[in-house]
Amino acid sequence: MQQEASVRAEAPSKAAIQFRQGSAIRQLWETNLEVFQRDRMALFGLFIFAVFAIVAIFAPQIAPNNPLTPLKNNEGDWIKDAMPYWLAEPGEDEAEGYSNTFLLGTTNIGRDIYSQLIHGSRSALLVGFSAAAAVAVIGTVVGLLAGYYGGWVDAVLMRAADVAFGIPFIPFIIVISAFMDPSIWNVVVAMAVLLWRDTGRVIRSQVLVIKEQAFVSAARVSGASDLRIIFVYIAPSILPLSFLYGSFAIAWAILTEASVSFLGFSDPETISWGFMLQDAFNSLALSREAFYWIVPPGLCIMLTVMAGFFIGRGYEEVLFPRLRRM
Amino acid sequence: MSRGVAYYILGRFLQSVMVLWIIVTLLFLLFRLAPSNPLASYIDTTFTKQQEAALLARFGLDKPLGEQYIIYLVNLLKLDLGDTFSYSGKTVLDILGADLPNTIYLTLTSLLLAYAVGVLGGIVMAALRGSWIERLGTTFTLMTRAAPQFWVGMLLLTFFAFQWKLLPSSGIGPPMVRYRWETEWDKLMSPVFWRHMILPTFTLALYLHGLPLLLMRSNMLEVLDQDYVTMSRLAGYSEWRVMMQTAARNAMLPVLTALTLGIGYSIGGNVVIEHVFSWPGLGRTLVRAVQQADYPLAQGAFFLIAVIIVFMNFIADIMYSLLDPRVGASAQAQVS
Repeated sequence: MQQEASVRAEAPSKAAIQFRQGSAIRQLWETNLEVFQRDRMALFGLFIFAVFAIVAIFAPQIAPNNPLTPLKNNEGDWIKDAMPYWLAEPGEDEAEGYSNTFLLGTTNIGRDIYSQLIHGSRSALLVGFSAAAAVAVIGTVVGLLAGYYGGWVDAVLMRAADVAFGIPFIPFIIVISAFMDPSIWNVVVAMAVLLWRDTGRVIRSQVLVIKEQAFVSAARVSGASDLRIIFVYIAPSILPLSFLYGSFAIAWAILTEASVSFLGFSDPETISWGFMLQDAFNSLALSREAFYWIVPPGLCIMLTVMAGFFIGRGYEEVLFPRLRRM
Repeated sequence: MSRGVAYYILGRFLQSVMVLWIIVTLLFLLFRLAPSNPLASYIDTTFTKQQEAALLARFGLDKPLGEQYIIYLVNLLKLDLGDTFSYSGKTVLDILGADLPNTIYLTLTSLLLAYAVGVLGGIVMAALRGSWIERLGTTFTLMTRAAPQFWVGMLLLTFFAFQWKLLPSSGIGPPMVRYRWETEWDKLMSPVFWRHMILPTFTLALYLHGLPLLLMRSNMLEVLDQDYVTMSRLAGYSEWRVMMQTAARNAMLPVLTALTLGIGYSIGGNVVIEHVFSWPGLGRTLVRAVQQADYPLAQGAFFLIAVIIVFMNFIADIMYSLLDPRVGASAQAQVS
């Protein structure tokens, strides 16, 4: 499986990061500001996340129905497989199976698809952001320690990365979920355990360059401890790189969560877009050409994943100026 | 081949063996130390204590953990992956041996298609840099990488298999046809098989083409800046020749590495596509094995996929160092 970040930012050795002067926090703030000022697509990505975040927070208020409850009409019959009214030809009405109340129709057991879509944003963003945070933090710490200390610390951590590179990702999550209770957190754990490998390697090679800089020697001479040098002096320079990998990891996590749910290894009590598609697939929505059920969850996944891509590419442009004209 | 290179290859090989050994050990620990007994789904509540003990003994689960581990390693070396729980009378190797070719056909065909399109597309995108075609093309490629593979598969299925009824929706062929395939060769010569392969191949290739395209495009842009490209332009070669012969050739190397790594990772990542199209390959078997708590089969499938990935990583490393001695071993980070 491919990590987006590697497509362009493949070798920091080729295009070294631009160093900034000034206090650590200010450097970081300026880089982040530059990313979203320079790159309109990155800003658009941020906007997409913001919209979905609002939807996720207010999901219970926005969604007209409970996403898990099968619904009945006034006569007490289940409202199964209702098609949305805007698909109806003139003259067709509820008798033909169209419904005025459900924007995207209902599932084969009468659950409201639109409400599921709204609630699905919760799992996507929760998994996306927590997995990305875990990957970025672990990868950054591993890269910092391996690059700074070198020697056996480096050897052990990089061999661990080799092992992580040898483990197939999706199969790993599937096997893990055989032993754990179904939960969206399995994806987060699996990503944290495996996917720090790319971030760790790239940050390590960057730390190797930074630790030769004059300001690091100066800090050492003035008596700063190793940990202080690592986290106060070196870390701020490589943090934008962690953000870069973190943004791609959000996209990656959302896609993975969707795949795992689609394969049926997620918690059936938690609505996610992947789960919706699994539900549609298993109840033969395909042969009924129920596009109103199949298309929306996929579009939502695609939008959020692209948002992660856009932001990641924004960071690349700022961090690797040589790529800019490309 | 110099002595240094030989040592490098040997070192890399030993390292790959080590990596594999650690993975196998982790796999063993994962399956044995899991909270539930590996036979839990197999043991009926009506079993007597003796029956349960006999069953544990049959699978060697009554021995101490250390001894189990040694037996497990020796069996792996002998390629004995044990018996399956869910397919009676078949060994894990039987099942995986039947699956592996199907996964390989699907993966290789898709990869070749994706890389052919990707490399050409990357060259075109680089040549057209800054134009609206390039913008449109790159956006489309990003979309194919953002869309979940299974969803693209579902949409294609709905159109081509259900709405227009042009192509089969699942499997590798109807039982009556499969019955007549005695060897893999018969299967490969059968038009029915290839008809079943169209949709999964296209879905997978659509996703896979993005990496070589974006990689080729950015490599081309980098190469086009080099002196020797300027020189060949000044020498009066046509733009076509400069692009194809001088620039593209030099931009290909990272793409070839990506392809090698891609073989390994795609075989492990095919799970979702095999599931959508009910393609009888390694990935689908892994999903089923886990669903049916068939632990020997799940373990075996995972092991086989890991072996393929580690092996392809090794090949990519060697290839990279042979073709471009300047480059270290960090090529992996590109496609993982």
